[in-house]
Amino acid sequence: MSRAAEETNRRLLRARDAMDRDYARPLDVPALARVAHVSPAHFSRTFRAAFGETPHRYLQRRRVERAMFLLRESGRSVTDIAFAVGFTSPGTFSRTFRDIVGSSPRAYRKEAVAAGVPTCFTMAWTRPD
Amino acid sequence: MFNAITQSQIYVLDQDEALDFYVGKLGLEVAADVSLGFMRWLTVSVPGHPERQILLEKPGAPAMSEETAEQVRELVTKGAMGGWLIFTTDDCRGTYEALLAKGVEFTEEPTERPYGIDCGLRDPFGNRIRFTQPRS
Repeated sequence: MSRAAEETNRRLLRARDAMDRDYARPLDVPALARVAHVSPAHFSRTFRAAFGETPHRYLQRRRVERAMFLLRESGRSVTDIAFAVGFTSPGTFSRTFRDIVGSSPRAYRKEAVAAGVPTCFTMAWTRPD
Repeated sequence: MFNAITQSQIYVLDQDEALDFYVGKLGLEVAADVSLGFMRWLTVSVPGHPERQILLEKPGAPAMSEETAEQVRELVTKGAMGGWLIFTTDDCRGTYEALLAKGVEFTEEPTERPYGIDCGLRDPFGNRIRFTQPRS
């Protein structure tokens, strides 16, 4: 692996960190591509080559992970959580959540157990496949 | 039985750059910087606590093949190598502001957690670092 490739990885990681911070906002490919120093047209392919999934998929799972966190550790309503993590409608949120997690947000909330470890570990390990 | 952890290790891609970051920016102290011929033994510690050191190791031959070292470098730059450090501080927000002014790359701003206030950052290579102001 060349130094240039390592530098690209590092910049893509910076873009992924930005997605982890700004997950509630719409996916801004031009802005992320600028962080990664690749063209917007190549961003998705380059990201996938490094991390094994497209930026869109990564963000969708991050939003679901953050929703799981809020369902576990807050008393906020499901609708409120849907908007808080970046979904534009409660219906899309519930359908996506069920597709990925295998249960509804309400069912998940009933069974979930709080995870008492530093947040970065929770975010890394509970983002669903 | 054991009574302490004295040495931990993370991979860095450039030891001079690591020194600049861990000592120059984060404010750790050099505990050891010794050329052993086969490697540079470079460790840092929290000021006043030399009994617990972090080895800043550069991956490479002959400890591993160049091919393996390249794989390690790739994983580090993807944030997937597993190098994690968590420090404690008396003032999370003040430390955050001071490090931000020095150009440190933060991944999370100071946030209230059940265990205290903490935030996250990365070193120049991709390793993840956190520091926590424990709940008193």
